[in-house]
Amino acid sequence: MAIVYERSKGLTNAETHYCPGCTHGIAHKLVAESLVELGVLDKAVGVAPVGCSVLAYNYFNCDMQEAAHGRAPAVATGIKRVRPDNIVFSYQGDGDLASIGTAEIVHAAHRSENITVIFINNAIYGMTGGQMAPTTLLGQKTTTSQNGRQLEGQGAPIRIAELLSQVPGAKSVERVSLHNTQNIRKAKQAILKAFKNQIDGKGFSIVECLSTCPTNWGKSPVDAMKWLEENMIPYYPLGVFRTPEEEI
Amino acid sequence: MAKGKVTFNVDRCKGCELCAAACPKKIIKMNKTKINAKGYHPPFIEEIEECIACGMCATICPDSVITVEKL
Amino acid sequence: MAKVLMKGNEAIGEAAMRAGLDAFFGYPITPQSELPEYLSREMPARGKVFVQAESEVAAINMIYGAAGAGARVMTSSSSPGIALKQEGITYIAGSELPCVICSVGRSGPGLGGIQPGQADYYQATKGGGNGDYHLLVYAPANIQEMCDMIMEAFDKADYYRNPVMILADGMIGQMMEPVEFKELKKEREVPAWATTGTEGKRAPNIINSLYLNPEDLEEHNIHLTKKYDEMKEKEEQWEEYNLENAEVICIAYGTTSRIVKNAIETLKDEGINVGLIRPKTLWPFPEKAFKEYPKTAKAILVVEMSTGQMITDVRAFNEGRLPVYFYGRSGGMIPTPEAVVAELRKIIEGGK
Repeated sequence: MAIVYERSKGLTNAETHYCPGCTHGIAHKLVAESLVELGVLDKAVGVAPVGCSVLAYNYFNCDMQEAAHGRAPAVATGIKRVRPDNIVFSYQGDGDLASIGTAEIVHAAHRSENITVIFINNAIYGMTGGQMAPTTLLGQKTTTSQNGRQLEGQGAPIRIAELLSQVPGAKSVERVSLHNTQNIRKAKQAILKAFKNQIDGKGFSIVECLSTCPTNWGKSPVDAMKWLEENMIPYYPLGVFRTPEEEI
Repeated sequence: MAKGKVTFNVDRCKGCELCAAACPKKIIKMNKTKINAKGYHPPFIEEIEECIACGMCATICPDSVITVEKL
Repeated sequence: MAKVLMKGNEAIGEAAMRAGLDAFFGYPITPQSELPEYLSREMPARGKVFVQAESEVAAINMIYGAAGAGARVMTSSSSPGIALKQEGITYIAGSELPCVICSVGRSGPGLGGIQPGQADYYQATKGGGNGDYHLLVYAPANIQEMCDMIMEAFDKADYYRNPVMILADGMIGQMMEPVEFKELKKEREVPAWATTGTEGKRAPNIINSLYLNPEDLEEHNIHLTKKYDEMKEKEEQWEEYNLENAEVICIAYGTTSRIVKNAIETLKDEGINVGLIRPKTLWPFPEKAFKEYPKTAKAILVVEMSTGQMITDVRAFNEGRLPVYFYGRSGGMIPTPEAVVAELRKIIEGGK
């Protein structure tokens, strides 16, 4: 009787508050499984900034710090600098990383802090009830772009992976998706690799995970996965944007 | 002969149906006759002998409700 | 230990390192930039952490992370930079993390000027961030006292698990005075609550200030208030100067108090007795110093490099017993001893 799949020890026993079908739950599993498989769960310290996933400090089975909105990369910098042997990760949403926290993420990458950033891009603010995020797609309706996002005045959505891949210190930059099991498995490999980079001291790693927000997109979880595939992936192409070996 | 054993931690399920959509053999259905502790219809499998123990359902489940074992 | 002639800003850095500083996170801003400059050289040389952050906001959040991970940490800035740090500071107080924050005050508001100022009294003592919290705030009047206060501040921060502020001003930061550094009393242990990794031996530690359940948050507020009550009881510090049979009591802190002492000496030569109460802690404000005035006291004169902030607390603790007057300069202008003497004469001669 071999186990094909079971709940990861990297997660606490807490039941999450996430909405039905929210891919935060999937991303949490991948991070937890990666920490366990790499044998570093006991040395891990996670940073959970404001957003739907702030309560991740109750869900990851390792030391955690809650952080102010957008400041997780700075908090993670502080932890890693005084505890270089710990494995430090920040788990951030798109409102957090791509809006209020852009300076922090760019400069953590610029200094090539040896941390791992898990960036959940679901093109909307979830916790506060569905407002437009910097990653909201053109034409996408949200509570603050009720006629659909307009280029004029609201700008085009930010492509974080491409943006950070221009920063020399960003040693590993990859964008993956969580919309089906095949992509979830690829995402797992990317997250494993990002943590391995940290273990090997290679510097700043980030994995951008395209994700769904069924409740605020107003779609069923299954339809939301389809919407992601048909609308987000064309604008946010999947792939590896930087590897530690490439110098720029 | 079923290749896999699938157990659902029924009361942790939020009825999102992602497992049903992900199952390549289409054998996972939502049990309309039952309501779990959270008030959702939990998933169940009728034709377990069709199960190939691929684990796709467990992989996509956001709440780690499903455990899959290879027989 | 020999005395060393040192610039205030650099002395802050040396005192902090003598106190076992593990990490400094800062950002350039006049008039305190010599501090990060000094530490950028000395900290790495002593195997410690120095990071020049991308902003004061990032710096205070690095402090949050490193303090939460169990390190002894300090940051520094000046007035507008301290304004940027306020959210981080209330998070640090809410999450009960120890750290030392140096504010080398300059004139405001807004970009203001780079000359010395004391118009950050409210910012420091009334809390610039959200929610019910306080910082333990020290106000040094000279470089030796500042260094001694820094050593003490780290221990108080650990004891109360709360941020502690050293509120100096541009003059103390920029001038040079002889100073002697005391040795670290005892090695600091990493706190058990810190995020150092469970090592499979304990449940996860969580550093957090979010309490979605109001009952829990109220309980947390009550717990924090007990700490602040303890600070009020135990940490009030002040200096009394020439108070016996003083006709007027001056209230002044930091460099301004030294100017007031000059004025007091001038009037003493003319047989006029004026005293000074110098708060060394601005929070908790030295309430006990106001218990009993000398019988001879007829009035209080508050002197501050501002348009009047500490005066509100003086009035509160004076409870209407004596008339309270104010004299101050702002914008970076420094009050002169002569001007203070003139103000005192007006009060004494009843011209007021």
